Amino acid sequence: MGASAAGLSAVETLRREGYDGALTLVGDEPHPPYDRPPLSKQILASEWEHDRLTLRSTGELDALKLDLRLGSAATGLDLDGREVLLADGTRVAYDGLIVATGVRPRRLPGDGHAHVLRTLDDALALRDRLGEGRRLVVVGAGFLGAEAAAVARGLGAEVTLLEPAPVPLGHAVGDEVGRVLSAAHLEHGVDLRTGVTVREVTEGGVRLADGELVVGDEVLVAVGSLPNTEWLADSGLTVGDGLVCDEYCEAVRESPGATKSPAPTTGGVYAAGDVARWHNPLFGASMRIEHRTNAAEQGMAAARNLLHPQARKPFAPVPYFWSDQYGMKVQAFGYLRGHDEVAVVEGDLAERRFLVAYRRGDRLAGVLAVGMPPKAIRGWRQAVAVRSTWRDAVPATGVL
Amino acid sequence: MRVELDEPKCVAAGQCVMASPEVFDQRDDDGVAILLEEQPADELLDGVREAVAICPAAAIRLVDQ
Repeated sequence: MGASAAGLSAVETLRREGYDGALTLVGDEPHPPYDRPPLSKQILASEWEHDRLTLRSTGELDALKLDLRLGSAATGLDLDGREVLLADGTRVAYDGLIVATGVRPRRLPGDGHAHVLRTLDDALALRDRLGEGRRLVVVGAGFLGAEAAAVARGLGAEVTLLEPAPVPLGHAVGDEVGRVLSAAHLEHGVDLRTGVTVREVTEGGVRLADGELVVGDEVLVAVGSLPNTEWLADSGLTVGDGLVCDEYCEAVRESPGATKSPAPTTGGVYAAGDVARWHNPLFGASMRIEHRTNAAEQGMAAARNLLHPQARKPFAPVPYFWSDQYGMKVQAFGYLRGHDEVAVVEGDLAERRFLVAYRRGDRLAGVLAVGMPPKAIRGWRQAVAVRSTWRDAVPATGVL
Repeated sequence: MRVELDEPKCVAAGQCVMASPEVFDQRDDDGVAILLEEQPADELLDGVREAVAICPAAAIRLVDQ
């Protein structure tokens, strides 16, 4: 279920590893699987036509011998009857199921029209409204909002970027790095306003909590996502900010009452991609990761574990993401959230050419680099992958 | 089998190098992927398939030839 990066990766893996039975891929969007990261980059900037997003050619999809059902949303799951219910009333029976239904954007209250940026159609709709002199209000200065603001400035739009936190991205990458990244907005003429809360979207802009109207011709709301799990309500699976899975990416049944013993498994329901909340044993933490690379890797892992139940492997990746803003390439490996300490280990923050390391407990939890050569980053990624201690990995200098 | 790399699509993640270091490398200046072996030996193909699957930009293809 879900015909984006994770679902595609899963069906390709099943075929590659020899599964030749019936295989159904269901997606709620009308488009065949496409790539989302360029939506807030090349597509919004009109640098690419949207056919460049297509993840696989028609021939490649045909070769997978799929029952491909697009424009078809899932509405329910009968776990014991092993059937998925679709919006058009049909039922799809299964022996194994991979849930990859993704997330959808959070929205804000109010009567005014606001764009979101998740699907190809979202990106094309916003693109059509941007240009020289247009006034765009972006709510949320996370990676998506920051990328959209950067593109809109490049197109000549006047951009107001509103962020509730005192430092954009501070919770994700630390305040010092967040300040460095957001300084680029100011240099490029974005009106960045931090510590402001938006109450609602109105005609002609957004209304702040203190009553002020911030005017704009267009409003983009980029305030995070919600996992698409409503169709799993009452299914018997555990849902809690995502579909809850064990370290094998197998969904976990709801266990009645508080018991410490592991809940019984589902007999072949796995999850992958943005919707999956699983236990990553490498970090000993429950994670739900909305990154492009995780979708592909987890789709592959879930498919393998479903296909080879006697040889299952825990899914223990080093998360990776990148972001492009004003020509800066930001790359991060590891699990940065909830870090205890940040240290500059290479380069210089002020020059926007640096690599910072993140400590959690006594371990190196992750690194983030801007403008660094790939080989410099790779060594640090390896240090994260082997769970190096902070003391071994980071010299006792440069602590922020 | 022949490997095709759509260079303008590459986002310099370096996932291909980790999956298949014999076939891929990255440019030092911008991290864009470099193809070391256009027609890799059979024993390298599993790694290449892994790279195709995890490339976050869908910039790698493995084609029959």
